[in-house]
Amino acid sequence: MTWEAAAVEAPRGKSEIGNFMLSNGMHVVVIPDHRAPIVTQMVWYKVGNADELPGKSGIAHFLEHLMFKGTKKHPAGEFSAKVSEIGGEQNAFTSSDYTAYYQTVTPESLGTMMELEADRMRQLVLTDAVIVPERDVILEERRGRVEAIPEALLTEEMRATLYQNHPYRIPVIGWMHEMERLSRGDAVAFYDRYYAPNNAILVVAGDVDTGTVCRLAEKTYGAVPRGRELPPRVRPQEPEQNTKRTVVLTDPRVTVASFEKSWVTTSYATAEPGEAEALDLLSEILGGGKRSRIYQELVVRQGIASSGGAYFWGRSLDPTSFTIFGSPLGDAKIQAVEDAIDTEVRKIIDAGVTDVELENAKNRLVRSVIFARDSQQEIAQLYGEALATGSTAYDLQVWPLRVRAVTAREVQAVARKYLNPDRSVAGYLLPRANTFSGDQKR
Amino acid sequence: MMMFNGPPLGAAKSLLVALVLLSLAATTHARAAMAIQEVNSSSGMKAWLVEDYAVPIVTIRFAFRGGSAQELPGEEGLVNLMSGLFNEGAGDLDSNAFQQRLDDVGAEMQFNAGRDAVYGYMRVLADRKDEAFELLRLAIEQPRFDQASLDRIRAQIVSGIMAGAKDPQTAAEVAWMKAIYGDHPYSRRQEGTAQTLAAVTTSDLKAFHNRLFARGNVIIAVTGAIDARALKRDLDRIFGGLPAHPFLMPVAETTPKLGQQVRVHDDLPQDRLRLAYPGISYKDPQFFAAYLMNHILGGGAFTSRLWNEVREKRGLAYGIESSLEISDHASALVIDTSTRPDCAAETLSLIRAEVRRMVDEDVTEEELAAAKKNIIGGYTIGNLNSSSAVADTLVELQLKGLDIDYIDRREQLIQAVTVADVRSAARRLLSAAPALMIVGPPLEGKKALEGKKG
Repeated sequence: MTWEAAAVEAPRGKSEIGNFMLSNGMHVVVIPDHRAPIVTQMVWYKVGNADELPGKSGIAHFLEHLMFKGTKKHPAGEFSAKVSEIGGEQNAFTSSDYTAYYQTVTPESLGTMMELEADRMRQLVLTDAVIVPERDVILEERRGRVEAIPEALLTEEMRATLYQNHPYRIPVIGWMHEMERLSRGDAVAFYDRYYAPNNAILVVAGDVDTGTVCRLAEKTYGAVPRGRELPPRVRPQEPEQNTKRTVVLTDPRVTVASFEKSWVTTSYATAEPGEAEALDLLSEILGGGKRSRIYQELVVRQGIASSGGAYFWGRSLDPTSFTIFGSPLGDAKIQAVEDAIDTEVRKIIDAGVTDVELENAKNRLVRSVIFARDSQQEIAQLYGEALATGSTAYDLQVWPLRVRAVTAREVQAVARKYLNPDRSVAGYLLPRANTFSGDQKR
Repeated sequence: MMMFNGPPLGAAKSLLVALVLLSLAATTHARAAMAIQEVNSSSGMKAWLVEDYAVPIVTIRFAFRGGSAQELPGEEGLVNLMSGLFNEGAGDLDSNAFQQRLDDVGAEMQFNAGRDAVYGYMRVLADRKDEAFELLRLAIEQPRFDQASLDRIRAQIVSGIMAGAKDPQTAAEVAWMKAIYGDHPYSRRQEGTAQTLAAVTTSDLKAFHNRLFARGNVIIAVTGAIDARALKRDLDRIFGGLPAHPFLMPVAETTPKLGQQVRVHDDLPQDRLRLAYPGISYKDPQFFAAYLMNHILGGGAFTSRLWNEVREKRGLAYGIESSLEISDHASALVIDTSTRPDCAAETLSLIRAEVRRMVDEDVTEEELAAAKKNIIGGYTIGNLNSSSAVADTLVELQLKGLDIDYIDRREQLIQAVTVADVRSAARRLLSAAPALMIVGPPLEGKKALEGKKG
């Protein structure tokens, strides 16, 4: 079987992927993989920081931490102890659109993990005794992850500038002054509203079959009563993006400047058919690695940048962003890097991409699908992410075909439509000693 | 626990591409212990192989013994720079042609430098394996180290070094390695300095390559859709043209210098604290006792004593861990955390108290049993959870000089450890006054710093 045949086999032939709904509305996806006696379960809640109430930034992430604090049946520490006992791995993560919890364990332990995860879906015990120290933990997390790192501070400010109205402007971890005031009442209200089977997706990948998962899921998650119906997730949307904005951060810890530029673009959830796939290909061709235009031109040919590239995050519920970035090399000016990257963007807008580079980019994207099958956690992650942001299992399965169908003209069209230099946000990370003038020296 | 806004920046590329899942057409259940075959080729190459056809991928990982510790003073960064040049052209193919061929074949190829070895990796779809392995052979046997590539990759590394020039964390790392390893090669910066890198020539790189890349010097693991017969042939093809023996300099054994402090004061939002104690090697009879001890102290995520005391009960830190850092010629037990400046003295006192308790009191039978269960059960989950991870693990085992049946024997070695063994390992590792690093604002109150023994 050629790799290409392998990549599109599923939609045509027998798919072993289980995909069903429990009677209480919990969506279940099973991805069997029998190579090793290991299984990963992930529970995805369709709620993230973009769903938080004004003034309560960080509550989605705070609750993620609090989910480890214990229930009446399984007091604090027991869940972690059980996972640890079998040598399992566990963690959780929060984004703008979803919050997920996972454990990787032996197949024999899957039932226990499901029981524990189902138990904490509704039975969490939240007291001030657990809230207060854990709030200090998230404040430390913010200090360590954001305040201590100039790059992270710039990213935060860029988002707050890029999104003028949509809550994607608010950092997932929250703003410090709001995090400090998050209370038990905030946590309980958020938990009660969003943590319920009908707002959750279970993804199980590994050495199990769909029948077994179905039986276990019915017994555990299936016993959790359906929660109240949640209204559609309608968030404040962006106004027309019609200005060119700039964010400058100077920091004494910075020696080498760097630059990025972002645009609000459509996502898989909001795109016209084919647009998101075209944006994925655009980011690959423009800045997806060593064969990309930005790398070849700025790093290899001109030798003015030490790094440069582009990325597009299509898996988001509302319009998302496309970013290009670069860092000057040696005596090169940051302005020269920005100009050169802009030139590459302009070239694609004006002249499009070649058939050869489009074909190569498609090959890379589709090939990665097969490489991704090597890791259960990666597979479960991809499914959860897509389902939590409005795609279906079928959408995932036909993705390679949709990528294949994109034309050079369509790639050019999304570049022209979305990467308008007059409606962008540019961010500059600069050494403290210099003021930004476009020609600072080290 | 993690948190991210959209995808984490570095992961964006890998996430956006892999959106389809296919039928994972496995016909057999791999419940039995993983079968590792030893494959010996006619040119004397040896590899550990785990055959698996569930996904049409072949992964090869290998390591040439002799990493940055082989550099002489003044040569710092040479091995790291060399590792960055293997996909920059080989044989008749210049950088552009080589990378184009790799891309056409659809292979991932990567090299990176460690202190004790240079690591290599290739992953390819099974039906393009032969073309990919030919490129791998070229890279290993006939790297070009062209001047243009050398200049470009060197400039990128120098840019990275300059980027950290005013970063207090980088400064602290550099000072720390110097402080605990003195003149030993382990004290040097693996990426080198602007000065040492400026001096590197193509012929230096070629000379180093000749010294390190030899048949007698490489450790190999392969996983995926390939059988022993094909692999035998491929081993000869890829590695057969290398010289038989490397020329490695002996590297002295060393131990971290304890009882000292490295302080980098800066106006940061947190104080980072690090303590180093003596470590232990894999082959030491007390290794598993020490491993279990470390797990109970601070190695077990979410369950360790340090985690419970510092994070769970008091909310003093987002993370805290202790780990056994083991190189070929040195080892250390290292505790790491960051906390807000007004809590740093308290956190340090708590760490010292937990260390002392480990030395002064036996761990409980329950704690020990839980730790055993975790590190026995966790091996498959942590080390064998993808074919890449399997290949990684098999290279590591061979580098450590462990046998092919080690994974099977490991459980008995762990089960045999007693409470008294753990205490004895704690006394051996944790009795000395540690080396201490503090990065950030000066600690408030002197008491915590004075800490007597332990």
